Amino acid sequence: MTADTRPLNSWLVKSVLAAGLIIAGNIVATSSILAQEVNVLSHRQPFLIEPLFEAFEAETGIKVNTVFAEVGLVERLAREGRNSPADLIFTVDISRLEEAFRAGVTQPVTSPVLEAAIPVQFRGLNNHWWGLTTRARVIYAAKDRVEPGEITSYEDLADPKWQGRICTRSGSHVYQIGLLSAMIAHRGEEFSRQWLAAVKSNLARRPQGNDRAQVRAVSEGVCDISLGNSYYYGQMLDDPDQRDWALAVNVLFPSLGDTGTHVNVSGMALTLSAPNRDNAIRLMEFLAGDQAQQLYAEDNYEYPIKAGVPWASLLTGLGEFTADDIDLALVAANADAAQRLVNEIGYDE
Amino acid sequence: MIKLGALARTFAVIATALIVAMPVLAVIWVAATPTENIWPHLIETVLPRQIMNTGILMLGNGIGTSLIGLGTAWLVTMCRFPGRRIFEWALLLPMAMPAYVIAFVYTDFLEYAGPVQHGLRALFGWQSARDYWFPEIRSMGGAWIAMSLVLYTYVYMMCRAALLEQSVNVMEASRMLGRGPWRSFSTVVLPLIRPALVVGVILVLMETLNDFGTVDFFAINTLTKGVFTVWLNMGNAGGAAQISLVMLTAVVGLIWLERRARRGRGYIQGATRAKPLPGYLLTGARGWMAAIACAAPIFFGFIMPTFILGRYALTRLSDISSSDYFLYVANSLTLSVSAAFIAVFIALVLAYGVRLHTKTTGFVARLTVGATRLASVGYAIPGAVLALGVLIPFAAFDNALDAKMRDIFGISTGLILSGTIFALIFAYVVRFLAVAFGSVETALGRVSPTMDMAARSLGASPLRTLFFVHMPMIRGSLMAAGILVFVDGMKELPATLILRPFGFETLATHVYQFASAEQLADASLAALTIAASGVLPVILLSRAISATRSPSRKFANSIGRRVTLTPAG
Repeated sequence: MTADTRPLNSWLVKSVLAAGLIIAGNIVATSSILAQEVNVLSHRQPFLIEPLFEAFEAETGIKVNTVFAEVGLVERLAREGRNSPADLIFTVDISRLEEAFRAGVTQPVTSPVLEAAIPVQFRGLNNHWWGLTTRARVIYAAKDRVEPGEITSYEDLADPKWQGRICTRSGSHVYQIGLLSAMIAHRGEEFSRQWLAAVKSNLARRPQGNDRAQVRAVSEGVCDISLGNSYYYGQMLDDPDQRDWALAVNVLFPSLGDTGTHVNVSGMALTLSAPNRDNAIRLMEFLAGDQAQQLYAEDNYEYPIKAGVPWASLLTGLGEFTADDIDLALVAANADAAQRLVNEIGYDE
Repeated sequence: MIKLGALARTFAVIATALIVAMPVLAVIWVAATPTENIWPHLIETVLPRQIMNTGILMLGNGIGTSLIGLGTAWLVTMCRFPGRRIFEWALLLPMAMPAYVIAFVYTDFLEYAGPVQHGLRALFGWQSARDYWFPEIRSMGGAWIAMSLVLYTYVYMMCRAALLEQSVNVMEASRMLGRGPWRSFSTVVLPLIRPALVVGVILVLMETLNDFGTVDFFAINTLTKGVFTVWLNMGNAGGAAQISLVMLTAVVGLIWLERRARRGRGYIQGATRAKPLPGYLLTGARGWMAAIACAAPIFFGFIMPTFILGRYALTRLSDISSSDYFLYVANSLTLSVSAAFIAVFIALVLAYGVRLHTKTTGFVARLTVGATRLASVGYAIPGAVLALGVLIPFAAFDNALDAKMRDIFGISTGLILSGTIFALIFAYVVRFLAVAFGSVETALGRVSPTMDMAARSLGASPLRTLFFVHMPMIRGSLMAAGILVFVDGMKELPATLILRPFGFETLATHVYQFASAEQLADASLAALTIAASGVLPVILLSRAISATRSPSRKFANSIGRRVTLTPAG
């Protein structure tokens, strides 16, 4: 009997030892304690913001650690409470910022640097959050099938002449929800419902893919116009695989009612716990500074939030536009109503 | 004294089960405290469609994986045809390929701008998408194909293990009594391997329910997608937990129905299985058809996606040196290997605990079985929701301890468990325990109770019996269980995203940051590594399964050695 069990034991022992070694080595490797660091919970893909963090590290010697996820970050902050190691939360739209604020996991920041750089309309109540960049929700229209001036407002998307000619991503995506929330804020729920239903009936295909995938569909002739964030235009032109998609479309800045083009923000907030508070504020100020704002503009094709920072030349080429200057907190407050409309219309089906 | 030992053992089993079940209990608690009641709105709007889509997806995946998994398992185990020995292990390869990667790769390959449609346009002179019809890859059909192509491996593995352990005598008896191969299969073999088939299909269905990546990519509005819109856009984590629990209940209901349907029927095999399986010799065209049937899922589920990814990865080889690629590999391995060992250990403890109680019906027995069932349902809950379930008890514990320490000693202990590798490993164990438990439980189920009786009447304690009788016998299945958890761990994404320490990346999270931006090329190298990391374990897995066929031979050999060595010594 012992002879029979020996192979099992030695196999087990060896494997456990091997596993133990790997783990021990790895824990030592990951727990190297750095005196100067700042921890960021991010709704943005790290590869988009890493160049900025590297510049910050080079300037200050403070290491930036990130955790990227699309759900659950606010819950994590709330549950970890005052002991949370997180210092900052980064988001790609206004409703996430307001969600963190409403959950009570953020704290106000007093900083002359931030106040000088970031206009009041792009800050949360009592400076609980700060915008970093803005992006417009634009219309991408096929160069060869849509006349310039043929579409000038989001409301026009409901026109039956676009029957079978529109592509969008899922109506439940935060960018679509943001636009619909703004429409509810300006035109009311009933108008927005009818608008959404009409847009739905104009769709060329079931909502699918991301904003770039819609431009691609336009370039392939599946549809003639699509909705998308403004920075994708530059990013597609930079990508050799996607350049042709962007070359097939014109970028139009539609107005919402009599206001202007819907604009959303990417932004940041200081967490309530913020163990590395000073470093975190330094990072915030760095990101609102000229160098970082210009990196955002040049690398990501976002609109800098700080006045006086030059736009990427590509964006200058697209021209100035009037932005809807609605209070963004109002937009965030309508997110729930917007999602309900999307559900009621069955937009994604 | 004996009574006390039994009590302590039972307590240990129940306590283990409850610790593992903690996240599920936490999800139940979140569901019980929602911010508002979302159901009236959901029922009026998207819910019926989401339930229907989820049902259709589960049905399609269940049928698809059963056909491919059982069919190929039957062919490689019971038939002889060209390439069979390679197919035996190669059929497990797609297991290492995450379904969302398959979805991604095939969309890239088959959509309008992909090489297939490009070629068709060039061939027929079509100008745009309006000139011809091509099946929509981002559809329910696409999801069936993408998911079945990787998930069938669970069914294949379970069925193959069960077929290998078949007593040849049963088949011989059936044939002798005049039944042909097909009738023997449907009336004798199929009922015998049904528990294994069911375990495989249930794993498939659970995986279908917790998958978000694939359905999101294919834009199919399922309940899982509903969970995320309610959570993200309606800010209602409670509502999200409620939908998750409804899905979970559906799976538990299915399991219950199946168990009820075969209640009272035992599936214990006779001990005589030394004879090699005979195998139907398939010659000529039939042999080649069998080979093609086995090659197809390997080709479409592994080789072709690997090839497409590989072409992209070649353009990104410099990433190996420039990024923290090897660190990601080490992180993925750390989590998956640890989770594999712990999950198998816990699965063994729980499955054996249940086995000790099969003959009793009292409150303790019910509690043991109930707690165990609860501990192994985490697989059916979307990973992000389960992560919330891990977050809650861990953070509560950490903060309570911290508060006490601050009160008494004036020092802060901070977060000891939350946001650590330990929390991640725990989450993996909870998520994948069902996989380990399924194989361990079925393996233990095939060990005849006469073994226990013999060992116990010879004076061995239950623990001794487990270590020296059961564990050597089900060694192959234990290893299989560990490998399954490992491979699943390498692919794990949603819980890792939420629970990981700062600056901690695994291969899967690295893939995801690019995949979520639909940047296939940047994701390709890490995705390929995930797939490659599964190759070796999968070969080991196949050998572990095959080993179930030969323990008696090994045993005979070892006896033979001892016999020959004795005179010399």
